[in-house]
Amino acid sequence: MPTKGYMEVDPNHCKGCGLCIEACPEDCIEFSSEINRLGYHPARYKGEGCIGCGFCFYTCPEPNAITVYKKGKEVA
Amino acid sequence: MAKDILSTPKSFYKEFFRKPDADKTNTHYCPGCGHGVIHKLLAEAIEDFGIADRTIIISPVGCSVFAYYYFDTGNVQVAHGRAPAVATGLKRANPNSIVISYQGDGDLAAIGGNNILQAANRGENITVIFVNNAIYGMTGGQMAPTTLIGQKTTTTPYGRAAANEGYPIRICELLSALSGPVYLARGAITDPATIMKTRLAIRKAIKAQMDYKGFSLVEILSPCPSGWRMTPVEAKKWVKEQMVKIFPLGTFKDETKEREPIAYEKREYTKEEIKQALGLDKEAPHFSHSMDDVKPIWRNPKIKISGFGGQGVLLLGNTLAEAGMEQGYHVSWIPSYGPEMRGGTANCHVQISTSEIASPVVDHPSILVAMNLPSLDRFEDDVVPGGLIIYNTSLVTRAPKRTDIESIPIPATDIADKLGSLKVANMVVLGAIIEKTGIVTEEAAISALNTVVKHKKFIPLNIEAIKSGREYVRNL
Ligand SMILES: Cc1ncc(C[n+]2csc(CCOP(=O)(O)OP(=O)(O)O)c2C)c(N)n1
Ligand code: SF4
Ligand SMILES: [Mg+2]
Repeated sequence: MPTKGYMEVDPNHCKGCGLCIEACPEDCIEFSSEINRLGYHPARYKGEGCIGCGFCFYTCPEPNAITVYKKGKEVA
Repeated sequence: MAKDILSTPKSFYKEFFRKPDADKTNTHYCPGCGHGVIHKLLAEAIEDFGIADRTIIISPVGCSVFAYYYFDTGNVQVAHGRAPAVATGLKRANPNSIVISYQGDGDLAAIGGNNILQAANRGENITVIFVNNAIYGMTGGQMAPTTLIGQKTTTTPYGRAAANEGYPIRICELLSALSGPVYLARGAITDPATIMKTRLAIRKAIKAQMDYKGFSLVEILSPCPSGWRMTPVEAKKWVKEQMVKIFPLGTFKDETKEREPIAYEKREYTKEEIKQALGLDKEAPHFSHSMDDVKPIWRNPKIKISGFGGQGVLLLGNTLAEAGMEQGYHVSWIPSYGPEMRGGTANCHVQISTSEIASPVVDHPSILVAMNLPSLDRFEDDVVPGGLIIYNTSLVTRAPKRTDIESIPIPATDIADKLGSLKVANMVVLGAIIEKTGIVTEEAAISALNTVVKHKKFIPLNIEAIKSGREYVRNL
């Protein structure tokens, strides 16, 4: 099912603070079980549900961690 | 204009090349730290206004000391609490720049409390981003002026008590009592709606500066999970539930509409004007006196003159420098003395050079004048090998221990006394320097006396002292 928006977390720029997970009104972000190069469980998109609100982008303290495609994104 | 894709603002560097560690794309901030979010809001505003090329961000002392790693703008890192003073200078020198002073609560409200008050009161056309996290984050969580009553910090382990530490300082409320500021607001970065309000406030504050309206400040309540010993999510909750009670959010002053723009001379300097201001438009100065006849070790000398206050060491240095200038050399002279008038010690650093002098400080003199024993004790070891020590045997009761230097013992005070005034001991030494090294001529020194000696009636005695010093050294 196509969703309205799309979000991406760069796993190597996430410090696992969890603020985006808290902020997401659609509950579509979760912690990954993997450990990244900084030693954290990074956040990741559940794969669906994003409405492109950008809340996660603005709560995220790392400049290079989150990208939000407000109008969705073609994914292979 | 709304963007379709939200990603790293362009006014951040793509790679944080100033960051010394290997990781050049992550910040140095702790997980969940408010500084990162505030940086992002600020970077986004700078990008959207298209002002990166004329923006200067001032990094304070505090966790945001390295803000200059991140912003692809002009950057200056300043002493603790002094950002408003530096911002004032930057802005006044170039009124067309956008100057943003980024400061923490320790920086702005403790050590820099008076700096911010005065800049706000003057209505300087700058923007202050004030990050209030109720703690000294960088140094490990000590109490800040903004720490809440009852809040435990490393310096208030039982909680801040009003009776002992006073009350949290509300900066927005305090500054809104002044006439200078044009825009004052307090925001937070808790839930998305509040973040958006803060985002707008930052933009309003910068816009006020762009429109030449005057002083603007946005205070932002910001989580410090590490300092507060909380998880990022708990810290955010604490801002919302505890901090906001003491630091209410909102706009405290907004006169952006009513205020007339400050009348600045909006100008940019041309390359020629800058060269002129720096004196680079003139031909290199012409030297009337080469140092070819001076022994190589004493050419371009670095001189330290030291003694008791009242022995005329500063005047001796000044006369030497002035004489050097008469001869067309580059010279520098800096005095260094304690708060005492006569009882203390004084010394001065003098350089005379055929090329420009980068720093006037003399740590390793090629010529040391020791007018008293403490001076010899203190500076003997600093003299460069092959250097010269001239010491006043009237007061210095030992010879230098160094064997790799030359030395001249001269009873300068006794010679001066015989001439009729203890005060001209310094000029006896000047004569000794001239005779021994020839770095300045006697004529130049006498001519310099006309500039440096206040009471002209003493000049003949000073000249006599110079001649006596020369004679003494000649006969050694
Ligand atoms: C002149 C001077 N005094 C004290 C210090 C020690 N010091 C470093 S950071 C700091 C306080 C920082 O707190 P704040 O401004 O609130 O910044 P934060 O780290 O919380 O963002 C202090 C007192 C210093 N570096 N320089
Ligand atoms: S100590 Fe606090 S203010 Fe400093 S980086 Fe960590 S969370 Fe941020
Ligand atoms: Mg602080």
